[in-house]
Amino acid sequence: MTLALETRGLEKSFGGLWVTRDLSLNVRRGARHALIGPNGAGKTTVINLLTGVLRPNGGRIVLEGQDVTDLPVYKRVLLGLSRTFQINQLYPDLTPLETIGLAVSERMGRGGDWWRRMGTRGDVNAEIAEILARFHLGDVMNELTSTLPYGKQRLLEIAVAIAAKPRVLLLDEPAAGVPESERHDILAAVGALPRDVTVLLIEHDMDLVFSFADRISVLVNGALLVEGEPDEVSRDPQVKAVYLGEAADA
Amino acid sequence: MTTQADVGYHAIQHARWRASEVAFWIVVLACAFIFPSRYLIMTDIVQLALFALSLDLILGYAGIVSLGHAAFFGVGAYGAGLLALHGIISEPVIALLVAGIAAMVLGFLTSFLVIRGVDLTRLMVTLGIALLLEALAERYSNITGGTDGLQGIEMSPILGMFAFDIFGRTGFFYSLIMLFLLFLLARRIVHSPFGLSLRAIRNNPLRAAAIGIPVNRRLIAIYTLAAFYAGIAGALFTQTTALAALDVFSFERSADLMLVLVIGGTGYLYGGLIGAVVFRMLQELFSTITPQYWQFWIGLVLVVIVLVGRARLYRWVLWLPNLVIAQFGGRKGAVVVPEGEAS
Repeated sequence: MTLALETRGLEKSFGGLWVTRDLSLNVRRGARHALIGPNGAGKTTVINLLTGVLRPNGGRIVLEGQDVTDLPVYKRVLLGLSRTFQINQLYPDLTPLETIGLAVSERMGRGGDWWRRMGTRGDVNAEIAEILARFHLGDVMNELTSTLPYGKQRLLEIAVAIAAKPRVLLLDEPAAGVPESERHDILAAVGALPRDVTVLLIEHDMDLVFSFADRISVLVNGALLVEGEPDEVSRDPQVKAVYLGEAADA
Repeated sequence: MTTQADVGYHAIQHARWRASEVAFWIVVLACAFIFPSRYLIMTDIVQLALFALSLDLILGYAGIVSLGHAAFFGVGAYGAGLLALHGIISEPVIALLVAGIAAMVLGFLTSFLVIRGVDLTRLMVTLGIALLLEALAERYSNITGGTDGLQGIEMSPILGMFAFDIFGRTGFFYSLIMLFLLFLLARRIVHSPFGLSLRAIRNNPLRAAAIGIPVNRRLIAIYTLAAFYAGIAGALFTQTTALAALDVFSFERSADLMLVLVIGGTGYLYGGLIGAVVFRMLQELFSTITPQYWQFWIGLVLVVIVLVGRARLYRWVLWLPNLVIAQFGGRKGAVVVPEGEAS
């Protein structure tokens, strides 16, 4: 069994508050892995630790066999770890064309080119065109991102992450706030990823999780409660207690 | 269906020269011949424009605010002055580049302090660096000439051929050519993937890092380049006026530069150029009408700009030219309008 992404005893605290405790996750290569847990379980913190936005107090993070714990965000991206954000993080003053163009240029190691103009490299253009078409963004590619409807912005958010050609893709609530009619586009795009790309999904929507994931980790209070196949997890009494408890509160 | 050719066409669209840009430079060149008695002020404007272009590169593209850009102007100015005064490098163009590189080195070294903070920290750090240099220049008056400045700078002819004349004609064309060349370079850079990545960083640093952009490295690069530009502006100032005194480092110089960009707008390269022209014109106008209170009127103009909004002012000013273009060109007028900060 080869692991695409692994954490060993990951720890993070903010002041006196421990939001990640001794977390050891094993995400297999090619897995469709979901990380679930009630509100405040520390899911987004885990994402921020994995991507390098936050530094852990302890523990290691291993990506495709390489220890990336001390690498800055952009180096992890170049090693194949890409993410989407729960709340869109886009460039309001740039167009989808420019946004995707940048991501593709950076991945191809052309982001630092200061002499060649954008749009003069055929290989970069071809990939941009392919991604714009795949995400149905071709007709709005010259509009400013800030003027796009929310559904399109959400698609762009995911398109940017995929433009980085990740080995491991972290999806932080990809369908959050997207109307039912546009959800299909997003799920289809995620579903169409090559099988050897590993996906770690963070999601609230249980229907989505159980239709998508082949493995699930349940996070409660920053610690791993259960990890296993969807069937096992759904039958697990501890998980039931956490979720039914929460459902009863809601 | 989006094709590769479509993408290429649209991606390069911003980098194409527009008719309005060509017209702008033709007008600039025409001024050189229409006002042969005003070379001194025009030289001053050209140098201010180059200096403002430098600030626009970091402010308009990378979003780095600075209240101490005069630090680099000053290093360039003293650099060129000292090189000429002591006859170390007498050929002006080479001396200009060396002075620019000196400013660039300082820019590189201080960039590590500047990129760390957020806006307010950056304002203070940049201001502090400029004040520090001013104090150093005053302390080492044996080198800098203190408050009197460098005395007796004599400039050799440019490339050994074009001597500086008392009317300032050579100095003007020399400055204008430098401005144009550096403008072309800046234009090329901002339309490259590197330039686009700066705009991405300004828009959203979090996302920029998340697509693999080495944010700090890019900011260091552009800050260093901007320092070079500012250094060249300072060196041109010394070379054309044969002066370099402590006020090259002054806070007013840095602050005026911000005003120039407030007037002209940021993030489309012409802001600094247009702003420099308008700023100096207003200064001239107001100081003729009311020599004592001209600053009041400049202040009033700024308040109006901020309140009314630059985009709207531009529309008013450009209403007539656009109408003319529409008449003759038979299409929608397209005189340069700031793309950056639509207010």
